[in-house]
Amino acid sequence: MIYDVIVVGGGPAGLAAALEARKTGAQKVLILERNSELGGILNQCIHNGFGLHYFKEELTGPEYAGRFIEELSHTDIEVIDGAMVLDISPNRVIHAMSKTRGYLQLQAKAIVLAMGCRERTRGAIAIPGTRPAGVFTAGAAQLYMNIEGYRVGNRVLILGSGDIGLIMARRMTLEGAKVLGCVELMPYSNGLNRNIVQCLEDYNIPLYLSHTITEIRGDKRVEQAVVSRVDENRRPIPGTEIVFDCDTILLSVGLIPENELSRQAGIEIDNRTRGPVVWENMETSLPGVFASGNVVHVHDLVDFVTAESQRAGRGAAEFALHSDKENGDSEFFRIENGEAVNYTVPQKVRPDHVGKFVEIFFRTNNVYRDREIRITSGGEMLASFKREHMAPGEMEKIVFPKALFSKIKNGAVTVSVVEAGKKEQK
Amino acid sequence: MKELICIVCPKGCHLKVDEENGFSVTGNGCPRGAEYGHKELTNPTRVITSTVRLEGASLCRLPVKTSADIPKKDIFQAMALLDGVTAHAPVKTGDVIVPNILGLGVDFIATKTITG
Ligand SMILES: Cc1cc2nc3c(=O)[nH]c(=O)nc-3n(C[C@H](O)[C@H](O)[C@H](O)COP(=O)(O)OP(=O)(O)OC[C@H]3O[C@@H](n4cnc5c(N)ncnc54)[C@H](O)[C@@H]3O)c2cc1C
Ligand code: SF4
Repeated sequence: MIYDVIVVGGGPAGLAAALEARKTGAQKVLILERNSELGGILNQCIHNGFGLHYFKEELTGPEYAGRFIEELSHTDIEVIDGAMVLDISPNRVIHAMSKTRGYLQLQAKAIVLAMGCRERTRGAIAIPGTRPAGVFTAGAAQLYMNIEGYRVGNRVLILGSGDIGLIMARRMTLEGAKVLGCVELMPYSNGLNRNIVQCLEDYNIPLYLSHTITEIRGDKRVEQAVVSRVDENRRPIPGTEIVFDCDTILLSVGLIPENELSRQAGIEIDNRTRGPVVWENMETSLPGVFASGNVVHVHDLVDFVTAESQRAGRGAAEFALHSDKENGDSEFFRIENGEAVNYTVPQKVRPDHVGKFVEIFFRTNNVYRDREIRITSGGEMLASFKREHMAPGEMEKIVFPKALFSKIKNGAVTVSVVEAGKKEQK
Repeated sequence: MKELICIVCPKGCHLKVDEENGFSVTGNGCPRGAEYGHKELTNPTRVITSTVRLEGASLCRLPVKTSADIPKKDIFQAMALLDGVTAHAPVKTGDVIVPNILGLGVDFIATKTITG
């Protein structure tokens, strides 16, 4: 059996990619999902705030996923859940282990990788002190609470002000726990502004910026956490210690795209996004293998995941339908990171795959006010976009019209963020 | 003039609300921000989400939300209403789980379809 498109992962990225591939004309489409249900991380994100861009209404995570699962149920797209993909070969054979069907070996004409991301753990950030019970990643705590119905703790301190940590601060407060504070190493939060307002400020939970946990104390269970202020080099300042009596610590210290499979398959990984390097249609360095959603770069808005995944699904279907045609080496240009830009997606663009424009997503390296985003090539400015406010926690999107591609020199453009009105330096 | 961050959508626009001039709002990326800015300074409200116990399915919790935003001051009283509640599968998204919370004319409704 040969599938036109096989999608690995059934979260919002996988759902949108599969639906779009089918709409584009792929006949046999399959989703492989390791969990027993579709929806991915959205199943545990019971809070609202999803879909305002895409559906023009505010949905909870399960509702947002539910819309796509419902749509899927009216199609002939196949789903195998409880199936963990173990390996992908360069000729697009997928090896998976299914709870019900055993070992599967499936040939695809095109593949979409939509495995999402995982959380950084305590090991990844190294906190000194004992190793008692009561230290959780925020996402694990969210799963225990919202899916399994356990009360995770009573007096809680949160390390890191990523969105999951902020959401959990509110969630635990509503369930009767006392959240003592949210401790952030950086002088700004990486979480969405709206979450700082409605998860911390609404419940008078203090946010300690430029602070970190320097020691965890406790024998069997966490009993205390020591928090210190840090200097501009992020080193703890002696004498600034605050001791919190708490039984639970949640870590919300970032997400990492889940790319073991991609690496194994020899796909080129961008060490800034930690996801695959992608072309304008979300194709990776391995022809016919596409990727979208949190596996490519960590998204804070699921609406963008959906849009990006539709692009991947369309690309995969087109590849599957025309796989007999030699793709050839088409012309391309690179998108490079200039001042204040941490990464861009896509990283490379083939103009003959572009319709009227290409959308470029990126994040800045700091919080800025009154800036101009510029696209330049060979010292010449091709386009600029004004922004009043920019932050690393808020992904930026710009639209680069194809009409300007003819002005590109040396096969590269640079995206940078500069003070509004600043003169270009030749 | 009061500065606020709009929480209606994840964009988080930085709003300026002029209390002296009929709470007129600037800095909003869409009309919902203007409405929020006005309301936040006059009668702040929130949508509340939580879970209730679920029976008759392999999952043991059902996610729920308030069908509309409720006054901020009523949040904890509304949450307390969920304590003893058990829902039974099958459930559909939108099914009423607790009707007319605190007489506000707002219900707790299911946010997930669970067949069994
Ligand atoms: C706590 C939290 C709060 C958020 N809040 C908001 C919000 O308020 N508003 C908003 O718009 N966005 C929010 N987001 C962001 C949004 O939910 C994510 O960006 C989105 O869910 C990512 O979708 P995905 O499909 O890429 O990944 P996921 O949802 O993680 O899905 C990946 C799927 O792939 C499966 N998988 C992984 N590896 C394999 C394998 N080897 N074989 C088979 N299957 C596999 C997983 O089981 C999973 O189902 C939030 C995210 C989190 C974590
Ligand atoms: S003003 Fe509109 S676009 Fe801006 S945050 Fe509010 S709802 Fe979103």
